[in-house]
Amino acid sequence: MSQSLKIENLHASVEGTEILKGLSLEIPKGEVHAIMGPNGSGKSTLSKVMAGHEDYEVTEGAVFMDGENLLDLEIDERSRAGFFLAFQYPHEIPGVSNANFLRAALQARLPKGEEIDAVAFYKDMYEKMDSLSMDRKFTGRSVNDGFSGGEKKRNEILQMMMLEPKYAVLDETDSGLDIDALKIVAEGVNRMRSPERGFLVITHYQRLLDYIVPDVVHVMSDGRIVKTGGKDLALELEAKGYDWITDELVATA
Amino acid sequence: MPDSATLEAVNIDQDAGNFSYPEDYQHDAGVGLSEATIDYISDVKGEADWIREFRKKALKIFEGKPMPTNWATKDLENIVFENIRYYLSKGQTPTRSWDEVPDDVKQTFERLGIPEKERKFLSGVEAQFDSEAAYSNVKEELSKEGVIFVNSTEGLREHPELFRKWFGKVIPTGDNKFSALNSAVFSGGSFIYVPPGVKVKHPLQAYFRINAENFGQFERTLIIVDEGAEVTYMEGCTAPKFETSTLHSAVVELVAMKDAKIQYITVQNWSANVFNLVTKRGMAHENAEIRWIDCNIGSRLTMKYPGVIMKGRKARGEVISIALANDGQHQDTGAKMIHAADETTSNIVAKSISVGKGRSTYRGQVHIPKHLKGCKNNTECDALLINSSSRTDTYPAITVRGNQHATQHEASVSQVSEDQIFYMKQRGLTEAAAMSLSVNGFVNDLVREFPMEYSVELKRLIDMEMEDSVG
Repeated sequence: MSQSLKIENLHASVEGTEILKGLSLEIPKGEVHAIMGPNGSGKSTLSKVMAGHEDYEVTEGAVFMDGENLLDLEIDERSRAGFFLAFQYPHEIPGVSNANFLRAALQARLPKGEEIDAVAFYKDMYEKMDSLSMDRKFTGRSVNDGFSGGEKKRNEILQMMMLEPKYAVLDETDSGLDIDALKIVAEGVNRMRSPERGFLVITHYQRLLDYIVPDVVHVMSDGRIVKTGGKDLALELEAKGYDWITDELVATA
Repeated sequence: MPDSATLEAVNIDQDAGNFSYPEDYQHDAGVGLSEATIDYISDVKGEADWIREFRKKALKIFEGKPMPTNWATKDLENIVFENIRYYLSKGQTPTRSWDEVPDDVKQTFERLGIPEKERKFLSGVEAQFDSEAAYSNVKEELSKEGVIFVNSTEGLREHPELFRKWFGKVIPTGDNKFSALNSAVFSGGSFIYVPPGVKVKHPLQAYFRINAENFGQFERTLIIVDEGAEVTYMEGCTAPKFETSTLHSAVVELVAMKDAKIQYITVQNWSANVFNLVTKRGMAHENAEIRWIDCNIGSRLTMKYPGVIMKGRKARGEVISIALANDGQHQDTGAKMIHAADETTSNIVAKSISVGKGRSTYRGQVHIPKHLKGCKNNTECDALLINSSSRTDTYPAITVRGNQHATQHEASVSQVSEDQIFYMKQRGLTEAAAMSLSVNGFVNDLVREFPMEYSVELKRLIDMEMEDSVG
C-alpha cells in the first residue's frame, strides 16, 4: 500500500460542465506540494471534489489516500479517515462555540461510549491557540461568526492542528491575509510538517511559498496539471506570469 | 456534549417514550362525547353537583363553537371527536409511595426515569397515566409549610373553597373551543397552592403519560402562589407512537398574588400522532412575575400560546419558547401578553426550527391599552430553516395605544445552508450531528435559562429528532 495521496485521472463536472479534465498527481507522505494556476483553472474545484462536495460529479478517476479510494467514502468519513481541507471561505456556525465545535469534531473520532478528556482538550487547544497568537476569548465565540478574514484562516489552521490529519489541502489560505498573519499561519503549517503527513497547498501567488517552502510545485491549467517542478518553478511563474506556461503549452501542442 | 455522569444522572433513553402496556381499565367512558360521558366521569369521580353543571355547560359551549379554521390550520378538521375515548382509568387513587402504584404503571414511569429524578432533584412529583394520577407526593417539609400539591380531582374534593375561587377565572370556559372541551371532560392535572412567603426551592414536577390509543387526555392544572411566595413547576409529556391520532387538550391556569413568582417549564416530546391543543395563561398581580418556558418537540399539531395577564402594577410576564417542527409536524405556537396595569413589563423570546417538511408558525399578541403608563414589551422571534421545503410564518400582533410605553420587536429567519453542513461534515461530524449542533447553537441562549437537568434533556431530544430527520 503506497503511503501517499494519489489523484488519478480525475474528471469532475458541475451542472454538466467539465472542470477537472484528467488531473493526476501524487503527494508522498512527508512532502509538501503546491498547486499554482490562474483563476478559473479548477484549483478550488479540486479541493472540493476531494472533500466530497455534492455539487460536483466525479465522472472518472480516483483519489487514493494511503491506498483507500476517498471517493468511496462519505464527506465525514473522509475527514475521520484523515483528510482535511482548510477552506478558502470558512463557514460561520452561529451559536456554536469554537471550543464546542472542536470538541464535537474530536468526539466524532472516538469509539462510541468514549468521552474526550476535557482538561487535556483545553490544555491542548490553548497551547495551539497561543502558537497561532489567537486570543483565548475565541474559544467561547461562535465558529467564524464575525471573524475577520485573517481570524477565519487562523481558525482553519487551529482546526487542522487539533484534528491532526494525515493529509491536508490548504485552499488559498493566503488570500485575505496581511503579511504578519501570513507568517503566523505559515509557521503553524510548518510546525505540522512531518514524515507522517502530506500537504497540498493551493495558491494563486508565490508569496505564500516563501514561507511554506514546497518540495514540488505543480502548475494547473484548464483542469489538468500542465507542469511539475521544484520550488524554483514558483519563482519562475512569479517572474514570467502564467501566460508563459499557457504559451508553452500551445507551442508544444 | 454533557459528560456521561450528567447523562446518567438524568437517565435519558433516546426512545424512552415509545412503548405501551396492554390496556386494562376499570373505568372507560367509551367512545364519543355526550352528556352521558360527562355523567359517567362525574359519577366515577363522585363530584359535587356544581362541577357536573360546570362540565355540562362547557359541553354546550364546545358544541356551539366552530373549529377555528378561519385562522388556524385545516388539519384540525381531521380530529374525529366521536372516535375518541374521553376517560380511562384503572380506578386507582394516587398513592404516596411508588411501591403501591400498579405494576405496569410503575414500570412506565420507571422507564421514563421519574422516580429517580424525584429522588435526585425534585420537591414533589405527580405522575398521571391516561386520565388519572397514579402517584402524587410532595416532600414532607413542604407539606408542613402548607404547600399543597395534589391532582385536580383531589384538589376539588379537599380544597373546594380555594379551587373554586380561581377555577376558570384566568381562562374562562368559552375562551376557545378546546378550553371548552377541557372544561367539559377534564381529569387529572395538578392543583398547587403555595402559602404566603413560602419559597419552594426545588421544582415540583408533573409527568403526563398517554398509554392508550384513540384517547384524549384533558388535564386541568391550577397553580395559586400566594403573596411573596415562589415556585417552579415542570411538566413532561410523552405518548407511544400509535397509528391513530391521540388528542391532548389541557388547560393550565396560574395565579401569582402580590410579589409572587411562578416559573412554569414544559418539555413535551409527543409522538407524531398527537394533536396537542393547549390553553395556558397566568394572572400576575402587583409586582408578581410569571415565566413560561415552553419547549415543543414532536406532536402532529401543537397549538399553544402561553399568556400572562399583568393585572397589578409592576407585574412582569415572560414567555420563552422553543419549537421544533420535524417532517410532517406543525408547531403553531406563540405568546399572549395582556398589559392591564401601569409599569407592567413583558418579554417574549420565541425560536422555532423547521426541518424537512416541518412547519412552524409564530403567533403573538401584545396588548397595551391607551390609559396605561410606563409599560414595556420586548418581542423577539427567530426562525431557523433546515432545508428549503420547510415553512415558517410569523404573525405578531402588537397593539400599543398611547405614547407612554416602550416596545421593541425583532424577527429573523435564518437557514442552515448545505455549505454549512458540508463544512461541519468535513470536520468529521455526521449529518445528524452537524444538524444537531446547528440547532443547539440556535437555541443555545434560551437553553441557558433552563434548570440544568432539563437543558440536558432538551439537547438529547434535539439530537434524537435530528437523527430521525436524516433517517
